Amino acid sequence: MNWFERLKSGIQTVVRRGMPENLYVKCARCHQMALRKHLESNAGICPNCGHHFRVHYKQFLDLILDTDTFEEVASNVRSTDALGFEDRIKYGDRIKEYGKRTGMQAAVCVGVGRIDGRAVGVGIHEFGFIGGSLGAAEGERISRLIDRCITDRLPLILICRSGGARMQESALALMQLAKINAKLTQLADARLPFISVLTDPTTAGVSASYALLGDVNIAEPNALIGFTGERITGSSVGEEELEALRQAQRAEKVLEHGFVDLVVPRTEMKQKLSHLLSLLGETAGV
Amino acid sequence: MPNGKPYLDFEKPLEEIELKIEEMTAHAESEHLDMSAEIAVLNQRLEKVRQEIYTDLSAWQKVQIARHPQRPYTMDYIDLIVSDFIELHGDRLYRDDPAIIAGLGRIDGRPVVVIGQQKGRNTKENLHRNFGMAHPEGYRKALRLMKMAEKFRRPVVCLVDTPGAYPGIGSEERSVAEAIARNLFDMAQLRVPIVIAIIGEGASGGALGIGVGDTILMMEHAWYSVINPDSCSLILWRDREKKEVAAENMKISASDLVELGVVDRIVPEPLGGAHKDPNLAATNLKQAIVSAIEDLNRRSIDELVPSRIDKFARMGKWEE
Ligand SMILES: [Zn+2]
Repeated sequence: MNWFERLKSGIQTVVRRGMPENLYVKCARCHQMALRKHLESNAGICPNCGHHFRVHYKQFLDLILDTDTFEEVASNVRSTDALGFEDRIKYGDRIKEYGKRTGMQAAVCVGVGRIDGRAVGVGIHEFGFIGGSLGAAEGERISRLIDRCITDRLPLILICRSGGARMQESALALMQLAKINAKLTQLADARLPFISVLTDPTTAGVSASYALLGDVNIAEPNALIGFTGERITGSSVGEEELEALRQAQRAEKVLEHGFVDLVVPRTEMKQKLSHLLSLLGETAGV
Repeated sequence: MPNGKPYLDFEKPLEEIELKIEEMTAHAESEHLDMSAEIAVLNQRLEKVRQEIYTDLSAWQKVQIARHPQRPYTMDYIDLIVSDFIELHGDRLYRDDPAIIAGLGRIDGRPVVVIGQQKGRNTKENLHRNFGMAHPEGYRKALRLMKMAEKFRRPVVCLVDTPGAYPGIGSEERSVAEAIARNLFDMAQLRVPIVIAIIGEGASGGALGIGVGDTILMMEHAWYSVINPDSCSLILWRDREKKEVAAENMKISASDLVELGVVDRIVPEPLGGAHKDPNLAATNLKQAIVSAIEDLNRRSIDELVPSRIDKFARMGKWEE
């Protein structure tokens, strides 16, 4: 997949009709049209307002990992329709459709790679696959990544971009919150660092699971982080209250309230991760 | 509680017969007539119809029963099951959250820590209890009491009954997400037995936030899922009226969840739901809790914690 294709799948919704798709994209925040190649050379950050686009997971990995060091694991673990779920379309068809669109078989990709030569376990959500939602396959992939980190004594980095647990997997999706956090206790017992990277959006089930439990939590600027998801339901919440809620969920506010350690622009993410790993990675000391 | 009022929509046939019985009884009294034979026939029919209705409930009907305003709540079960109960308050960080009750007591003579969401029975109570929707403080109070249980080596019993954690601004500012996440992490490795009972509504992370344990019990007509059927209907079907289909699709009933490996045992309810006979419901629940604690007490904690982690690590279905 070339860079254009990757970016396209990550930001599909903001491509304006009638414009040459590969030339311009519209920024969701400042509504300016940006040249695709300017975005490309700027880590998917709007050259006008600094908005961080929801880039494809491969692009994000390219930005934080050393070139050609990523090796995927558990890629054979795939989402499946365990409940026979059918809303407006069958869940089984939905999996196929998103699979075709993204080339993925689950909303999370996990593997091992290197940051400035240092080996790490890394897992990342792809928002283009059913909103990056967490289901059983995603939980199992992350779970196996944690096992790999423990076996090979690797620090863990999870990059979150998810609307939450996947409704089509119901209680089985909900149980992934407990499953992953239970596995994280084993990583903690092994005294291996866990760095959580929260990108836009990190909400609901994923925020109530691993996203906020890093030894260090790093957010991207202006990312939406919180318990109440983007698609708020119920009529009880008015416009004003919703706006206040959204303000409280912005990365910078979440830092102010004490739940993330750092807000780091994407262009500096690799350097910051590398810095943290150099300080956390040594097991010597006392 | 003598009857199931208010009646649920699918209980209409029961309401009609009970009304007839009432009329007939009143008539017999005022006219000094002996109508006991007729009334007995009606009572028989009532039980037969009740049997029919309750042997084949739809998922949505179960949701309605789980939300019945007369259904026993956490405090009702504590009154009926826990002796020497003393409620403790506050998370030691911000405030006390009345949406979650936590305290010390005894079940069958054994000292335990009991925790559960508490709904209100009327507007005033619900304002106080926030409809059983906890803020971060509720989850942090729960964790404080669990750590106390660990320190004094007694089992934890959690009664789950919530439409969800509270989705407000204060909740976000003090991060209910982090509070729930922390509970999942710490409950997974808590070094005392944990018994969970889903007694009414088990909605989402708000339920799971006190829902990680060694043995997961579920009342026969309770429901448990990643989201309530009403919101699921609105989000996936973009239609408020698809909640019955959503409930069916989500496999939220106790028997479904046993099949999916999420729940270990179903606690039977009196015919017509726990509210028809709270004493019997409480007796059944107590029996299930005591037997679970006895089983867990036979195992060493060094064995129990890894097996609890493994229990959750095995949850989910995927292809490979
Ligand atoms: Zn912009």
